[in-house]
Amino acid sequence: MALKMVKGSIDRIFDKNLQDLVRGVRSHREDEAKYISSCIDEIKQELKQDNIAVKANAVCKLTYLQMLGYDISWAAFNIVEVMSSSKFTYKRIGYLAASQCFHDGTDVIMLTTNQIRKDLSSPNQYDTGVALTGLSCFVTPDLARDLANDIMTLMSHTKPYIRKKAVLIMYKVFLKYPESLRPAFPRLKEKLDDPDPGVQSAAVNVICELARRNPRNYLSLAPLFFKLMTSSTNNWVLIKIIKLFGALTPLEPRLGKKLIEPLTNLIHSTSAMSLLYECVNTVIADCCVCVKTDTCPRPPQLCVQKLRILIEDSDQNLKYLGLLAMSKILKTHPKSVQSHKDLVLQCLDDKDESIRLRALDLLYGMVSKKNLMEIVKKLMVHVDKAEGTTYRDELLTKIIDICSQSNYQYITNFEWYISILVELTRLEGTRHGHLIASQMLDVAVRVKAIRGFAVVQMATLLDNTTLLAGSGQHKSICEVLYAAAWICGEFSEHLEDPVHTLEAMLRPKVATLPGHIQAIYIQNAAKLFAAVLNGQQGTPDCQTMQESSQLLIDRLPLFVQSADLEVQERASCILQLVKFIQKLQHKEVEVGEEVTALFAGELNPVAPKAQKKVPVPDGLDLDAWINEPPSESESEDEKPVAVFAEEELRHARPHHTEVDEKELARRREARKQEQANNPFYIKASPTSQKGYQDSTGVEHIPVVQIDLSVPLKVPGGWMSTSDKYLKLEEERRQRERKERGKKEKKKKKKREKRSGMGRRHDSGPESEEDIAPAHMVDIVTEEMPENALSSDDDEKDPNDPYRALDVCDIQGNLQNGSQVVVSIIFENKSTSFLKSMEFNVLDSLNSKLQRPEGSGPHDGLTVPFQLPPGVSNEARFIFSVQSIVMPQRLKGTLTFIVKADDSSTHEKLDFKLHFTCSSYLITTPCYSDTFAKLLESADLKGTSVRLQEVSLPFHHLLAKICFHHHFSVVERIDSCASLYSRSIQGHHVCLLVKYAHQTVTIDAKCDESSLLGNVLEEIKKTFSQS
Amino acid sequence: MIKFLLMVNKQGQIRLSKYYEHIDLAKRASLEVDVIKGCLSRKKEECSFVEYKDYKLVYRQYASLFVMVGVSENENELAVYELVHNFVEVLDKYFSRVIMFNLEKVHVILDEMILNGHIVETNKSRILAPLLVLDKMAES
Repeated sequence: MALKMVKGSIDRIFDKNLQDLVRGVRSHREDEAKYISSCIDEIKQELKQDNIAVKANAVCKLTYLQMLGYDISWAAFNIVEVMSSSKFTYKRIGYLAASQCFHDGTDVIMLTTNQIRKDLSSPNQYDTGVALTGLSCFVTPDLARDLANDIMTLMSHTKPYIRKKAVLIMYKVFLKYPESLRPAFPRLKEKLDDPDPGVQSAAVNVICELARRNPRNYLSLAPLFFKLMTSSTNNWVLIKIIKLFGALTPLEPRLGKKLIEPLTNLIHSTSAMSLLYECVNTVIADCCVCVKTDTCPRPPQLCVQKLRILIEDSDQNLKYLGLLAMSKILKTHPKSVQSHKDLVLQCLDDKDESIRLRALDLLYGMVSKKNLMEIVKKLMVHVDKAEGTTYRDELLTKIIDICSQSNYQYITNFEWYISILVELTRLEGTRHGHLIASQMLDVAVRVKAIRGFAVVQMATLLDNTTLLAGSGQHKSICEVLYAAAWICGEFSEHLEDPVHTLEAMLRPKVATLPGHIQAIYIQNAAKLFAAVLNGQQGTPDCQTMQESSQLLIDRLPLFVQSADLEVQERASCILQLVKFIQKLQHKEVEVGEEVTALFAGELNPVAPKAQKKVPVPDGLDLDAWINEPPSESESEDEKPVAVFAEEELRHARPHHTEVDEKELARRREARKQEQANNPFYIKASPTSQKGYQDSTGVEHIPVVQIDLSVPLKVPGGWMSTSDKYLKLEEERRQRERKERGKKEKKKKKKREKRSGMGRRHDSGPESEEDIAPAHMVDIVTEEMPENALSSDDDEKDPNDPYRALDVCDIQGNLQNGSQVVVSIIFENKSTSFLKSMEFNVLDSLNSKLQRPEGSGPHDGLTVPFQLPPGVSNEARFIFSVQSIVMPQRLKGTLTFIVKADDSSTHEKLDFKLHFTCSSYLITTPCYSDTFAKLLESADLKGTSVRLQEVSLPFHHLLAKICFHHHFSVVERIDSCASLYSRSIQGHHVCLLVKYAHQTVTIDAKCDESSLLGNVLEEIKKTFSQS
Repeated sequence: MIKFLLMVNKQGQIRLSKYYEHIDLAKRASLEVDVIKGCLSRKKEECSFVEYKDYKLVYRQYASLFVMVGVSENENELAVYELVHNFVEVLDKYFSRVIMFNLEKVHVILDEMILNGHIVETNKSRILAPLLVLDKMAES
């Protein structure tokens, strides 16, 4: 026996220890795997020995190998052996190995319970400590259940080291065995007051983590932590507590307000950046909560300032985190971030790509009409400088994202945008040709006023051979030619020299383009050809026409040979057509008109809702089967005969028959749902008939006139650069500013005359909305298909239960300066519960919905109530109106959640708010002498209106005018009366109403003639309706 | 929460790894390759935070040694960044020479500082106390 021991220790001298292994692995870099497998063989031998020291050494080496990625789970039992060694140094090696490689799936763990319990109660505190640390890594639900009591006892151990560890391990125990939480919690809470600071912070740690997992249960501890936060000086603990409050505030918004002060103090006083960062983040998050509940005290100005300091810091880490936090503020308080645009732009120059990308993210939210061109110009500079296509492509997509966001909202000049897109096509090797192309198409189709310009630019692109040349290697960018060819063909009337473009589209090199682009080329060459034939008709130039026919006949055969079916088919079809036309040309037959007819009709954008509005023809039941579905029994027969799986089949059969009725109903419902969501599906609508008769085709599509204040100049020669638009835009704005300035002065004079009725909002130097766009995006004019119903009908479709929400009674009410209060009655006509209603209006330049400070210009307002079925309630919204002389309509949307028994769905309802001029008038009493003076004054301009065949008694008539149009009667003599009213901006409106032989004459005077005209128009309407 | 901590040399070899959430060995290997590649490829003037899948990576370089920490979305990057420094300072205070051959002691230190994936101790003397006792036991 003794001999064996001696022999063992001699052997050990030759064993590798960990150091040898590490060195060995380093020196065998060439054949590491081979070396390690030999080492593992050695270790296996060592583990077979009885000597615990040898085993411990082996396990120690295994731990290292495990870290290098080798599986050592086969040695799990040996690890348990080493863990149970009585010698601490070995025990520790065992526990370390276990904590590195044991997990819930390791089955030998169940053998360790008693050993661990023994270690936990060991008189040596380090035995206990090592067991606790190990447990935190590999505790399983079983271990947690069996050992919870032991660990709980240790929380009151005399040694602070053990108390601390026990408290920390309890967290893991709670996670694995939640039942232990309730009995252990009081003791855990006691530890917050432990005399030892280590134990104390451990308790804070555990409670904070628990609370973040389930904040609701820990709200009651908020005061305690609040006290700790204001007294603790340990930054790590403070961060924990602040994080905890971050989890609590969404549940208790009042807490957010209370926190602002201590957090602000910390932000001011701390020197630890991590703590500062945590505070700032929490304040930002709090503000997000506040914004949701409309109680935000103020935008986190302090945070923005601090973040600015971080971003300006030379430390890249602070810069990065500052930008990261800034983007969180941007979501809720865009205005307060926008003023730091300069800084963000600077970051685009940073050496670090991750910082540049963060800055790009921020820019997206910072653009406005005012700065878009400037920002994009800077980005274009970066595009040119950028190294590496990834970052450059990122820049490209960001430019397009920024410009196209919310329906091109920020673009005031589309010529500029087209030029930018054209410039982007010069980028080599970009992957986003398709994106550029789709933007070109979208803009050219939707912004009518830009088509002339776009066509000329596209013609230059087609003429330019560089894009064609690049088509070989960089496939993506030639997608742009797809757009260019289509735009030139479709809007060919704008082309300067169609024959030249036609020639460019038929060059032999085109045949190197991808098939789908060639096909577009050929189709649009035909369109162009038609334009040439037709365009020359007025000035007969047979030669040009014959030359173009010949050109097509010469060039098309190349495409007829194309391997692409689409190209081949189109080419041969058009070739035959042209040959026929040529024949007719020789006979001097005029064919222009006939050929143009091939491509007649304008393509307009289609509104997303368009399909829904097409009524379903009578007698068409969309839910009926076209073919009856095969019956269940049939489908059963078709199943392959299962020889071995009979058991299963028998099992399945009853299931099938049971499904029948219910399942079919469910499927039908699902299909209806799917149809409702499918834009191409025509929905049934009982009010369809009316719409059907009303519509008469394309002429009835409303088209908005586009105001174009930048002259459409065609750049001579080479492609224009976008820069000049910046200058042009500046000039245009200056011009506008001047004009506005003049008007403003006039107004001011007037205002001074009247007392106390000043406008509330003093327009600043140049507010965002004052910038009138040069081109309007054609959103409103999106084409509705034939037979479309007017939107008003759609809103009140009584058979759609979700739509049965009625917006009634829209009336401008009491006003303050340029404010109008609109009360809206929401009536729930459906049978479902409606909640989370959000009211939003698309602001016009003139009228805006007033939103709480800090919210964006497109944010909706929460309606402060919910609507059970059949209930109605009133909500008021304030609008600010600049000019009141014209009536207006605002489009709006109400979104809400429909709560059915088992599900809830999001729905929306579109409506229009009609602001009449009368709603801007306030019933104001006036004495007859003041009235007389007003009439005498030269300021008022007069007009009159005559209403025929009014059969009302005179006093009814007066009452009607007073009620509907907010007038008060000054004086009445027989069938003659004087009425007075005043607008919210202080205009006087005087009426003289005479009644004789069923005819009413109204002589009116007002200091604002268009206001008066509109009011009279409205009065006329009131009586024509009755 | 801290998900893992790696110590890696300039050549990209792992010197120490500690996971606070169980991950399969195979997945771990590919994760380590990605993380190491992601951090080592960055230049000195670039910031120390990298977004990688669901993790945020915080790394710091000390001579030829990199410490890389993977944390969850809600963790404070700067706090972890400072923790790494704290950790390295403790190592510096305790080890006079190469730490490579005393890996199990590094583990002891780490276990005092991070537990359950959370920072639990930052006081240097409290971190080192158990280790010093251990050394005394080994001497006797």
